[in-house]
Amino acid sequence: MTEKKSVELSVNGRTYRRSIDPRILLSDFLREDLGLTGTHVGCEHGICGACTVLMNGASTRSCLCLALQADGADITTVEGLGDIDELDALQKKFREHHALQCGFCTPGMLMTITELISRDTDLSDDEIREALSGNLCRCTGYEHIVQATRAALDERRS
Amino acid sequence: MKPAPFDYVAASSVDEAVALLANHGDDAKLIAGGQSLIPMLNFRLLQPDMLIDIGNIPDLQSISEATDSLLVGATVCHHMLLTSPLVRKHFPILCHAVSHVAHIAIRNRGTIGGSLSHADPAAELPMMMVLLDAELEIAGPTGSRSIDANTFFVGALTTVLEPDEMVVRIRLPFLPAGSGWEFQEVARRSGDFALAGAASILTATDGTVNTARVAVLGVDETPLRILAAEDALRGNAFDEAAVAQAARSVQEAVEPKSDLHGSADYRRHLIGVLTGRVLRSAWRRATGDDR
Repeated sequence: MTEKKSVELSVNGRTYRRSIDPRILLSDFLREDLGLTGTHVGCEHGICGACTVLMNGASTRSCLCLALQADGADITTVEGLGDIDELDALQKKFREHHALQCGFCTPGMLMTITELISRDTDLSDDEIREALSGNLCRCTGYEHIVQATRAALDERRS
Repeated sequence: MKPAPFDYVAASSVDEAVALLANHGDDAKLIAGGQSLIPMLNFRLLQPDMLIDIGNIPDLQSISEATDSLLVGATVCHHMLLTSPLVRKHFPILCHAVSHVAHIAIRNRGTIGGSLSHADPAAELPMMMVLLDAELEIAGPTGSRSIDANTFFVGALTTVLEPDEMVVRIRLPFLPAGSGWEFQEVARRSGDFALAGAASILTATDGTVNTARVAVLGVDETPLRILAAEDALRGNAFDEAAVAQAARSVQEAVEPKSDLHGSADYRRHLIGVLTGRVLRSAWRRATGDDR
């Protein structure tokens, strides 16, 4: 057996300290150790984007990051955006524009777009599509996700 | 889809990482961004006993300007390459190529040293290093050595790195004044590994090609410089006959493989087309206003 290591990180503004097996992925750490199941695990090899979280503000595939590599980091998951009674601005646009159907990809989409609109608000639809190309959605055909992103960008600019 | 157990050590310096490698050799793997390594761990294609994390060594994370070259630390991530004013100033072709690497979340984590050490024949950075005549500084138990990118890659996912060595820095010699450039690739979907890709850097003197570089990815076991194409271009007038000759030289030099996404014949056809496109565009930049 390998030796457990200690990890301390902030998730959605709250500090957690745990002793973990080194092989634990950040995605599993969030879901199983911290009970934050909003981060979805799809392909587990960095293709689908469902597990995307923000690490120090930068989008990161949590299935391609060891929890130990997030030691000292500031993580934001979908639970850190808004909640069912008070959605954040982007989540509201997703609802208004019907940008989800089954919802499996939605946490990853939201985190990717959250980073995108924090970096730049002057984006063409082509640039939005390019930025979303790492997040797979099997329901919507993407049109409504692009529309919701466009609406969130427009609102942020005005 | 979970890694097999391993020990983990976060190295705080290159010396510490090299000492750990010397002690554990083949049983250890270096990890930085982990964007190629962790999928292989998740699939259990690799089951190292130990991971040595070099992702937090400050010396390896910077881009700096020397008198004749740009120095890039091994754990500089793709996003930093893409947004660095120094890279944009000296190597706009590198910014353009890196924009084709995977997706934002991968570019935020994946590193240049990781991409070069992983040595995927369809990856952008290994080919760019070959095109740019990069020199790789390698640290090992007996000190450091320097390797030309053109001799670094020896096969698919294989380099000349020994198990106890690591890439610490990449030196990119500045391009000749007036260099025109282009990089293009074709992938099934944005962010996928390319079916084929080509890049060229040209300089012009009075309508003839003064210097020429041509490199390709995805069509052989390693990224390749195509010297026959460069020789055919250099010293001659740039016209459609020269472009066609260079494209034929590329097609004859490569040995693409067939897979699910494209046959060897298709890839050979594609690399000829891409070579023509990058040459014409590089020439326009070398001679025209869109430099």
